Amino acid sequence: MATTLAVPGTASATSRPATPPGRRTGGVRAALTSTLLWVYAAVAILPLLTMVLNSFRTNSELVSEPLGLPAEPSLAAYQEAWIEASFSTYFWNSIVVTVGSVALSTIVSLLAAYALARSRSRLMGVIEQVFVSGLMMPVFLMIVPIFYLLDAIGMVSTRTGLVLVYAAVSIPFSVFVLGTFFRQLPGELEEAARIDGAGPLRMFWSVMLPLVRPAVATVVVFRFVPIWNDFFYPLILVRDRTKYTLPVGLTTFFGEYQTSWSTLFAGLVIATLPLVVLFLLATKQIISGLTAGMGK
Amino acid sequence: MTAPSGPATVTGPTAEIPSSTRRRRRPLTAALPTGTALVFLLPAALLFGFFVLYPMVTALTYSLYSWRGTSQESFVGLGNFVQLFTAEPYATQVPRAFAHNLLLFAGSMVVQNSVGLLLAVVLHRRRRFKRLFQVLYTMPYLVSPLVIGYLWSLLLSPLFGPVNALLKTVGLEALALPWLGDPSTALWVVVLVTAWQWVGFPLLLYGAALGGLDQSLEEAAELDGATARQRFWHITLPLLTPIIGTVSVLTFIFSMEAFPIPYALGGSTGSPAGATDVMSLLFYRTAFQSGSSNAIGTSSAIAILLFLVIFGLSVAFNRWFRRAERRLT
Repeated sequence: MATTLAVPGTASATSRPATPPGRRTGGVRAALTSTLLWVYAAVAILPLLTMVLNSFRTNSELVSEPLGLPAEPSLAAYQEAWIEASFSTYFWNSIVVTVGSVALSTIVSLLAAYALARSRSRLMGVIEQVFVSGLMMPVFLMIVPIFYLLDAIGMVSTRTGLVLVYAAVSIPFSVFVLGTFFRQLPGELEEAARIDGAGPLRMFWSVMLPLVRPAVATVVVFRFVPIWNDFFYPLILVRDRTKYTLPVGLTTFFGEYQTSWSTLFAGLVIATLPLVVLFLLATKQIISGLTAGMGK
Repeated sequence: MTAPSGPATVTGPTAEIPSSTRRRRRPLTAALPTGTALVFLLPAALLFGFFVLYPMVTALTYSLYSWRGTSQESFVGLGNFVQLFTAEPYATQVPRAFAHNLLLFAGSMVVQNSVGLLLAVVLHRRRRFKRLFQVLYTMPYLVSPLVIGYLWSLLLSPLFGPVNALLKTVGLEALALPWLGDPSTALWVVVLVTAWQWVGFPLLLYGAALGGLDQSLEEAAELDGATARQRFWHITLPLLTPIIGTVSVLTFIFSMEAFPIPYALGGSTGSPAGATDVMSLLFYRTAFQSGSSNAIGTSSAIAILLFLVIFGLSVAFNRWFRRAERRLT
């Protein structure tokens, strides 16, 4: 690191041998910023920690000692949420719907983005504009027509219906990100493949696809999270409890288990757990994706 | 769009597109014949056309007709829109919900964006535990907003809520109130919970922008004897204007579309007494819970109105920030 002078607030400032007299406040300032950072860390993390801890406690413990730790950690709340409150069903529905729609939208968007990036027809430019304009469309604008559309084709309360809708609304984002990546790939590679006699599909599959793998990872992670978390579409498009995804399941669950607090905490943990796993697997994609195109 | 992914789309790769397009379009080597390209495009186009474009267009026509249940009755032009401001309950509920959305936006700007900026600036100069802090601060942003809303409804419970218990332990008994049950405080809870969840978002964006700034300007100013505070106000902040603009526009869009957190904290009616009602809840109630025979017409009008407000003001904001940027740099 080639920082020239000790910036007030860096921890290393204290270790410098000859601190100029004017900088004596540096230590105080460093301590202050450190305190600030740790205090906010507590503010950010304690509520989430409480959620996890309280899910291992019993209701009577929660009432008698709201601030206590789990004395004898119990999994009863999880058992109740998972089996009696049908979280196992919701969980499975969420997995099917999320994985299905992310897979479908990524495949169709890959094909489309490749075509848009490699075609010079003006028509394609217009089509791309139409796709990308979908980024700005608020969900509630389309929800009523979508409901009647699904109703007309017999897909209300089906997981297939949800998969199709989620895949469709994911296309703008996926095409946008993947298109950007395809455009950055040098055309020479395809030229070489063409000379070797590869057709367009072959070229797409064997030459281009391996090269855009990082972009695919970004798109998958960034569509997985909002679809997993979304509850607006299933709230309206799913009327059958056995087809509920986790978030809609949570809304009915909070109505029915109002007084069984530890079970409620357990339900929240169950709904969050898969995302924690995803984040541990893909922290790099998440941080870099959030800040893409903005320097390092 | 759905929850937290949106931001990256708009801010992320946008800047890269024009240059790369220009660079790649010149050599004609990698062109795809239009016929083949259309075949590649077909699946996405079908899906998008069927489930996004067609509903968009129908939503517009829905709002221009009067309805009896699910059957379209007669063309009423802007009648449904006029009703939003003249007929009860909409004449009272629309302005109230809209005001709450604006308050949510103002609150988010003040709380979440200034805390995010402060933390980003402090973290930027720090080496020890920098990554750890980033991850900790971003954590709430990565959890589902619905889960966050429900979690806080439990934490703030007057019966067993740890928040009030904590306030009592530290001697602030007077502050141990039923925060969510009181109409005068409930909306502030929504604002603070939303801000608490979202702080990680501006934090990451500002952090990335700070990392991308040219250090030489600040170093030059430091050599010239500028204090840390002067350097921040006169050099760093103006250079951050573009990203502050982006964050503001996105905050505006998200505040206008807020749904899961108000739903979890106040239910679909915005309880207590409509104190946490917002536009999307009003839309949801009108469309699916009102039992009014013209539910489709009225709710479509609400949706279109909200869309126009979001779209119009976002464009205006953007312009304003672009101009501010030019003035400052």
